Amino acid sequence: MSVAETRRRPILRMIAGRLGIGVFTLFVISVLIFLAVSLLPGDIAQQVLGQSATPETVAAFRRELGLDQPLAWRYLDWVGGVLSGDFGRSLANGRPVAELLAARLGNTMFLAAYAAVIAVPLAVGLGLLAALWRGSWFDRIANVATLSAISFPEFFIAYILMFWLSVRMGWFPSIADPGASPRLAEMLGRAFLPAITLVLVVTAHMMRMTRAAVVNVLGAPYVTMARLKGVSRWRVVTRHALPNALAPIVNVVALNVAWLITGVVIVEVVFVYPGLGQLMVDSVTNRDIPVVQACALIFAAVYILLNLLADVLAIATNPRLLHPR
Amino acid sequence: MIRMLKTMPPTAILGVLVIAAYAVIALFAPLLAPHAEAQIVGAQFEPWSATYPLGTDTLGRDMLSRLIWGARNTVGVALVTTALAFGIGAIAGLLAAALGGWADLALSRLVDVLMAVPALILTLLALSALGPGVANLVVVVAILDSTRVFRLARATAMNVMVMDYVEAAQLRGEGTWWIISREVLPNISAPLIAEFGLRFCFVFLTISALSFLGLGLPPPMADWGAMVRDNAALITFGDVTPLLPAACIAVLTVSVNFVVDWMLHRASGLKD
Amino acid sequence: MLLNIEKLKVEARGDEGWTPILHGVDLQVAKGEVVGLIGESGAGKSTLGLAALGFAQGGLRFAGGRVIFDGTDLLQLPERRRRAFRGRRVAYVAQSAAASFNPAWRLLDQFCEGPAIHHTAGRAESEAFARQLYAAMHLPDPENFGLRFPHQVSGGQLQRAMVAMAMACKPDLIVFDEPTTALDVTTQIGVLAAIRQAVETTGTAAIYITHDLAVVAQMADRIKVMRHGREVEDAPTRRMIEAPAQDYTRSLWAVRAFRRPPRALPQASAPTIGIREVTAGYSSLDVLSEVSFDIPRGATVAVVGESGSGKSTTARAITGLLPPRAGRIALNGTPLPPRLAQRTLEQKRAVQMIYQMADTALNPRQTIRQILSRPLQFYLGLTGRAREARLNQLMEQIELEPARFLDRLPGELSGGQKQRVGIARALAADPEFIICDEVTSALDQLVAEGILRLLSKVQDETGVSYMFITHDIATVRAIADEVVVMKGGRVMDKGLKAEVLDPPRHAYTRELLASVPQMDPDWLTRRIAEGAA
Repeated sequence: MSVAETRRRPILRMIAGRLGIGVFTLFVISVLIFLAVSLLPGDIAQQVLGQSATPETVAAFRRELGLDQPLAWRYLDWVGGVLSGDFGRSLANGRPVAELLAARLGNTMFLAAYAAVIAVPLAVGLGLLAALWRGSWFDRIANVATLSAISFPEFFIAYILMFWLSVRMGWFPSIADPGASPRLAEMLGRAFLPAITLVLVVTAHMMRMTRAAVVNVLGAPYVTMARLKGVSRWRVVTRHALPNALAPIVNVVALNVAWLITGVVIVEVVFVYPGLGQLMVDSVTNRDIPVVQACALIFAAVYILLNLLADVLAIATNPRLLHPR
Repeated sequence: MIRMLKTMPPTAILGVLVIAAYAVIALFAPLLAPHAEAQIVGAQFEPWSATYPLGTDTLGRDMLSRLIWGARNTVGVALVTTALAFGIGAIAGLLAAALGGWADLALSRLVDVLMAVPALILTLLALSALGPGVANLVVVVAILDSTRVFRLARATAMNVMVMDYVEAAQLRGEGTWWIISREVLPNISAPLIAEFGLRFCFVFLTISALSFLGLGLPPPMADWGAMVRDNAALITFGDVTPLLPAACIAVLTVSVNFVVDWMLHRASGLKD
Repeated sequence: MLLNIEKLKVEARGDEGWTPILHGVDLQVAKGEVVGLIGESGAGKSTLGLAALGFAQGGLRFAGGRVIFDGTDLLQLPERRRRAFRGRRVAYVAQSAAASFNPAWRLLDQFCEGPAIHHTAGRAESEAFARQLYAAMHLPDPENFGLRFPHQVSGGQLQRAMVAMAMACKPDLIVFDEPTTALDVTTQIGVLAAIRQAVETTGTAAIYITHDLAVVAQMADRIKVMRHGREVEDAPTRRMIEAPAQDYTRSLWAVRAFRRPPRALPQASAPTIGIREVTAGYSSLDVLSEVSFDIPRGATVAVVGESGSGKSTTARAITGLLPPRAGRIALNGTPLPPRLAQRTLEQKRAVQMIYQMADTALNPRQTIRQILSRPLQFYLGLTGRAREARLNQLMEQIELEPARFLDRLPGELSGGQKQRVGIARALAADPEFIICDEVTSALDQLVAEGILRLLSKVQDETGVSYMFITHDIATVRAIADEVVVMKGGRVMDKGLKAEVLDPPRHAYTRELLASVPQMDPDWLTRRIAEGAA
């Protein structure tokens, strides 16, 4: 793509701009995550080894961590490692962080995807209906229900489901360990309770935001104009409103990945699900910083990349940019 | 006032009543609670009885007393955090809107970066670096939550800043402080008050979640999130007691949300 | 009778239940007849126009009466059968074409949608019809015009494209809802000609809604005047213009009648404001290029131009909100620092401003007393009794009773009263120069006249100089001593009112004046014959 061509197509310029912002954000966040160690009050080596450690062991440990090197160099070293798959070693048990992450990352991705596959179509569909039937009984009930759901702590929903579906009914296991290489059907059954908890939380948030986005589009003068042309309600929504609501809905979906990630952390703890979230919480409690950094970086990168994708999609579907003057 | 009550939907009335009840319980906790919050009064996990209406917890402390003390601790910490978040966010947002230029750009970019990552992840990162403690918890959650207040305060203030009456004040030669306090603030107070309610819900849920994860108020303070975690084992035996503190959290946030929803609805209705 | 609206009542949802906004209005439209609906904002014109399509806007409901279209009462039909009339038998042209075209669709696809859903024509047939209409409306490249998206087309062209779209199903009646209100006069005339031609060639009936009497005089066979949701008067166009029966109708003519008596200007050595070769703009774009003119002491200089002419930018440069890139601005012969922040309190006091929208010019959370007290205290240091006395004096000057109005909030005042408070706020500074930015264009005619009279009186009393920014020639004729004509950021012509306007000296002034609709119902016909549109 030549520079001249990029200049002529504003859409390419905007997408390039978005990608630039995305990469920059990722960079700033990685610096922030890296600095979490350096900004520690006191000395991390001293803290980890405890007050009884001799100055020699502390110094040796500092060398091992690379704490005697300048900050910028340490950052480059760390990022270089991360990019080649080396996240350092756990302070708690000395094992490579990458090894700890490997198994758990897959589990978390599975759980998140499981929930997203159910929640996204459900939330978008219900949000559309609520917007369409604004002010109806369905809309009012949906409003109260979703408002309640987003007001509930995630662990409350999780425990209610556990209490009801697992303890009382005995339909699903209350401990959701998928075990080693089970079959898909078995995994879906075992991860059902955590997944459905996530679905409830995410759907509530996403549905409210979808409704707001669609209501906004339905209020546009061109929607009224379509009705004055005699277009049926259904056609107004599918042909006139939806093409314009697509970009905001994609953004809503991407934004709600935040709730998915937050939910994942808590749900994994409740159901003792061996994923990244549980690992992160355990590491925060143990102050196993390299592991916390790795987990934070992965969660942050996923979220930033998905939102970047949504931004690019929104730009790519904007007629003003697709067809410049 | 009475006319306002008449136009209130039942959900909002319910919300106001519940919030009032919580306030009373939190304020008068020492008088209402049968036992002190850390006092071990019986055996572990005693069932519900006349002596211990809601049984005892994992260390043999009275559940009901701890629930009542929890109202004071959890709600109190959440309120302080919200107030801090609100102060930081509103002042920064108003300044960004009033000053514009570099100040606005720098603050907005900083907020963009902080909001580019789910707040819980940054909170966990910060708490692992800073270590546990109420002060750390309050500051970290407040700063991360202030980003949303910033966005709202800046956006609503921007809408007012383009009004001709603000330009008239600028032409007169008024300073930034006058413009913010006399021209802008009185005109954005309604959405800001509603936002305070929303922020409280988020902060309250975040702090409860952190408590539940073992990163909240230090023991032996009674704290609803931690109470769920400590007694969660009972659930597998079919006992609902550990759900009670979680229900206390949910009922309060639902109530606040009902009231905020009504306020927002009313504000948007008046605009039409 | 094609359309017969009988005793129509419409209600709006408010905080306290439903309040009526149409109180039983009648409207008849015969086949091929054009009926003009005219009235001030809030008269219920649009609501009545939409009722012809059996449509009530969000938050409104029909509360009584009948809307009989070609023998069928639309209000009694289920929504599904009402739809068969909309677009097919009755079409609608909205005020803002830019907002009313779907941004995601090509213009041609939007044109063809009506014929497709009403099954009045096949795709090829309606495409051909679209091209034919585009050509008839003098749209550029009619063969390919429809392939564009709305954002790729200018405002005037888009409005014509909307007129074309309304005709797609060859309807019996078209409702035009202020179709040219958002346009400049030189653009407006093209759209008016397109509408006139469309109506005449197809013989369709029309309801033409506007607040501009001169415009409706060109378009309508019959005019109905409305106010507060009721009919004031209904008569054939010529009779309505020559012999209005009602006081209210007569008052709508008022501003055109107001003429400030000619007067001798005091001769002063230096003008109050002198602008010399000012170039200014935003980012890399120059909005003003080498603008020079004077505002003599005690004079009213009207700055006329269409949107984008740079008249408001000139005002911002004078106030110091937009420091010029080049050139000088002087106050009483002394150069003014370009930035507001560099100016002294005395210099800020000398230059005051009155705004177009009185609604946004007054802080809704401050009482009139607070609004007026601040400049008194800020500039003049007045407090206590002295301030109170000056407040009363100012209120007397703007003809509002102090005891009644001082402690009210702006929301409790009418539009004209708010504008008067805006004037008082500027006067409170004891200024030498006031910029009046379209101060009457948001007001109804009668109220606007009162404001013009007040400004003239104040000038006679205080000797203050005005720069009067406006796009309305009638206002210029009413109040100006001198005129500056601007276009594209440059001064086209300047001088005494008579020199510049009577007869128009500059070619652009001529075009501008020729584009302003006249009350004479034959004006547009003449202009079209002259080849203006």
